[in-house]
Amino acid sequence: MSDHHPTRPGGSEPHAFLAHHFNTPGQQAGAAKLGMWAFLATEVLMFSGLFLAYFIIRMQYPEMVLGAHEYLNKTAGGINTVVLITSSVTMALAVRSAQVGDTPAIKRYLLMTIGFAFVFMVVKYFEYSAKIEHGMLPGKFYSAHEHGYDIPGLPHIFFAIYFCMTGLHGIHVLVGIGVLTWVYLRANKGHFGPSYYTPVENVGLYWHLVDLIWIFLFPLLYLVK
Amino acid sequence: MASEEKKEREPNFMQAHRGLNSWLYTLDHKRLGLLYLGTTMLFFLVGGIAAITLRTELLTPEGDLVSATTYNKLFTVHGAVMVFLVIIPSVPGALGNFLLPLMLGAKDVAFPRLNLLSYYIYSLGALFFIVTLFTGGLDTGWTFYTPYSTTTGTAVVTATAGAFILGFSSILTGLNFMVTIHKMRAPGMTWNRMPLFVWAIYATAVIQVLATPVLAITLLLLIVERTLGIGIFDPAMGGDPVLFQHFFWFYSHPAVYIMILPGFGIISELIAVHSRKHIFGYKAIALSSVAIAIISFLVWGHHMFVSGQSELAGIVFSFLTFAVAVPTAIKVFSWVATLYKGSIEFNTPMLYGLMFLFTFTIGGLTGVFLGTLSVDVHLHDTYFVVAHFHYVMMGGTIIAFIGGLHHWWPKMTGKMYDEGKAKWGALLVFIGFNMTFFNQFVMGQQGMPRRYYEYVPQYTQQHVLSTVGSYILTAGLFWTLIYLLQSLKDGKQASDNPWGGASLEWQTQSPPIEHNFHGQPVVDTDPYNFPEIDRSGAMDEH
Repeated sequence: MSDHHPTRPGGSEPHAFLAHHFNTPGQQAGAAKLGMWAFLATEVLMFSGLFLAYFIIRMQYPEMVLGAHEYLNKTAGGINTVVLITSSVTMALAVRSAQVGDTPAIKRYLLMTIGFAFVFMVVKYFEYSAKIEHGMLPGKFYSAHEHGYDIPGLPHIFFAIYFCMTGLHGIHVLVGIGVLTWVYLRANKGHFGPSYYTPVENVGLYWHLVDLIWIFLFPLLYLVK
Repeated sequence: MASEEKKEREPNFMQAHRGLNSWLYTLDHKRLGLLYLGTTMLFFLVGGIAAITLRTELLTPEGDLVSATTYNKLFTVHGAVMVFLVIIPSVPGALGNFLLPLMLGAKDVAFPRLNLLSYYIYSLGALFFIVTLFTGGLDTGWTFYTPYSTTTGTAVVTATAGAFILGFSSILTGLNFMVTIHKMRAPGMTWNRMPLFVWAIYATAVIQVLATPVLAITLLLLIVERTLGIGIFDPAMGGDPVLFQHFFWFYSHPAVYIMILPGFGIISELIAVHSRKHIFGYKAIALSSVAIAIISFLVWGHHMFVSGQSELAGIVFSFLTFAVAVPTAIKVFSWVATLYKGSIEFNTPMLYGLMFLFTFTIGGLTGVFLGTLSVDVHLHDTYFVVAHFHYVMMGGTIIAFIGGLHHWWPKMTGKMYDEGKAKWGALLVFIGFNMTFFNQFVMGQQGMPRRYYEYVPQYTQQHVLSTVGSYILTAGLFWTLIYLLQSLKDGKQASDNPWGGASLEWQTQSPPIEHNFHGQPVVDTDPYNFPEIDRSGAMDEH
């Protein structure tokens, strides 16, 4: 792409957010985007470890996973799936608004995305509370049998992987709320327009990945049957 | 190569700003390179002290100097510090940071603030290791194998949290370098005109970005396992301890190439520049780095031949392990072919280059022994393994690093070191290193197990030889440190291009100015076309 950016120190139009070590805004935006994609690759690989652990557990104890997953709240999981997919749409609209330079629309769509993220966390909070209340906890904290639930096999392993996967994903949602707020504050200052919208785009890429991971988590954990 | 007009000498990057804060908040890749250099060398000393104590304990068959537990903690400190705090960050962090933008003709790396963050994340991870040292240490070995690591009373959580944090530093550095190489090359610098050091850093960066996240999740699971007892790795709760080994080696085998590939890059530069000959097989060397990066992800099972994995898996992993030898041999043969009919200058960088060819080849070939299924059953967990990875890690990476440090010392500091003293240092390092480790191959083959603090008296002579060798090696390394520091004070002023190198870092002044080059350099040929050379070895296709 930018293999041969000609040398124009000062030849290109001056740009408010062009760092000193880049020659052109295009080079800067390209670098930021490539960096973001590489970062997303690291995220996928990090989660892939958990997915692998999940599949090994499911392969070793298929009956137990089948039995234990019935205790996850499919409705709550389904609502959260819809919420996250919708938030991806509003995020995409925010990026689009940045590209055409419509600052009020960027702010509106970012706020909606942040709102959906909070809805997701609230639903997750109620799900987690119910699990904790019923003693469906990971490993040595598992005590569901004391609450009258008789799940056959080794369900503490299932709840271990459930909490690890959804927990790490939840942390990513919280980080997402943080970076979305940061982008919102910058949008509020009118930083973004057709010539500069990389932060909105990169945060958007991150948010889509968070959404995408949930799209895999939901059927694997909630819809085993 | 672009030749810059001689101008008034600008203040160099160290003079451009003054004061402590100008270092602590610096975004300059060259200053960060020096910060990494200082910090990694400090931890090299820490890891070294642990090693020397281990060797001293092994002077006699009885355990007399330290207790068995202390011995376990010492070899863990030695391994973990050397791997995570020294070898992984040394070449990319110090030399890579300093040289990459210079070699590419760029003003800085793509993300200078991220670069500073990487350094601080590295320091935070290092702090966790130090805390580990003062809160009871760690006795699991640097591999943190379960179930021992989930049951031992030592500070596993702080140590693994430290390694977890260091992993992020490694990921961010790799990501930064990858993007820099893609996006920051000077006009005219096509992929095939990049110095081979840059190719090696690129392959390293790809592994750092793709493998380290798996280490992150592994260590995170281990921390959760220890604190919450989730049972994923605990057989008593239905988990699988071998799963931990798979996870761990899926990162840690590629990590071995994170450690050695930058060393390969340095050697390509040293051999070509100091034999005044166009590098033989440029594309072969460049692409073999990428090939090694790819294959490195598929060989982790060779650490687990005796862990109970299936026979078929063992055979496949063994075959793939042999396959790594092919791109590695391509490199070694290309370096030797570069030397052929070159006008070799036996200066210190070249001596380290030749030393590398010798020691690394031994390290590489003994790896083939260990990759052979039947032989590995005999050699597994013996001193043969210890000798093998020290020949690769120390005889490979550290030797290359010291060679590279001498090669680029004039560029980094603007001073020349004392060549005579440096040659003595190289001799001491060479003798000390081989004396320490060569007979460990023999000892291991005879059955001396690793990680034992007492041993049967029949091995006494060999252990004594090894220990004396390690003292000579220590003397050589301190000698090197002393004359290098001395050169800062009263070394001769280095010229901009003391070795007649043709890559871009030699086209700016020594030490470089803050923004590296006076104008934007433009590249029209590859970095091994030395002006005076016979170009018969070059693949002329430009």
